[in-house]
Amino acid sequence: MTAHDHDHDHPHEPIGSDGEPPAAARARALEELLVEKGVLTREAVRQRIDWLVSRSPADGARLVAHAWVDPEFKRRLLADARTAAAELGLDTGPSPEVVAVENTDQVHHMVVCTLCSCYPRALLGPPPAWYKSLPYRSRAVSEPRAVLAEFGVELDPGVEVRVLDSTADVRYLVVPTRPAGTEGLSEDELAALVTRDSMIGVAGPREPLSASA
Amino acid sequence: MRFALGQQVRVSDRPHAGHCRTPGYVKGKTGTVERVHGSFTNPETRAYGADGLPEQPLYGVVFAQRDVWPVYAGPAGDRVVVDVYEHWLEKA
Repeated sequence: MTAHDHDHDHPHEPIGSDGEPPAAARARALEELLVEKGVLTREAVRQRIDWLVSRSPADGARLVAHAWVDPEFKRRLLADARTAAAELGLDTGPSPEVVAVENTDQVHHMVVCTLCSCYPRALLGPPPAWYKSLPYRSRAVSEPRAVLAEFGVELDPGVEVRVLDSTADVRYLVVPTRPAGTEGLSEDELAALVTRDSMIGVAGPREPLSASA
Repeated sequence: MRFALGQQVRVSDRPHAGHCRTPGYVKGKTGTVERVHGSFTNPETRAYGADGLPEQPLYGVVFAQRDVWPVYAGPAGDRVVVDVYEHWLEKA
């Protein structure tokens, strides 16, 4: 009797990794096993990937713009982002927790995951490559003002820089400061000013066109 | 919950092997609890196939940057907030 002489019908060819990164091969092998054991289906995996990569910063921007025009909503967003997002029909994902923090004249938040690349994907879509890079992950905590300056943000020394290291089960979304001169804009026009980088906290929102004209 | 909002806590500087969600740069540092996020399964055991139970309370701990980095170049008011599970925290 050989090790392969058993009573089920999966293929026994080694799962090859011709040019495939080891982590990808491992993930693929894991998926094969989970499907075979009936823990999940390929369709469920496809749907989940499709949902995650189809997210975009536009969802986060809707939340921020609504918070800018509705102080009561902003209060609820800062207290419980999951419930507030659901009011707008937005899903912050099955887990983990999402916490929204507000930038003001006194405090500037910026987000990093020093241990890997934790990111509020459900609201912002896939993270940018630089967010996952070792230089950003190490320097954002140890010299955040230098990093911000490289992104074009020069803060007054009187503004507190508050770095959020999302090391665990919480993802952070920054609510940037509403730009001056936007009083007459609609919520959709405001949302167009809210960039991905401003919700990570490495940039301010766009200035309204009228202000730069 | 062993710790309350506003309480001073120190991050254990014990060594560890394997998966751990407590960044090395705050080990041994003292900060203040500013958020209590709730309880979550323990990623250090979950990473190796266990159920992660018992759940661990998770705290947002705020540190003065100058306490964390002796050579920190920014103003004294700058802060870093790190989420730390309870089993890594000690009374300060």
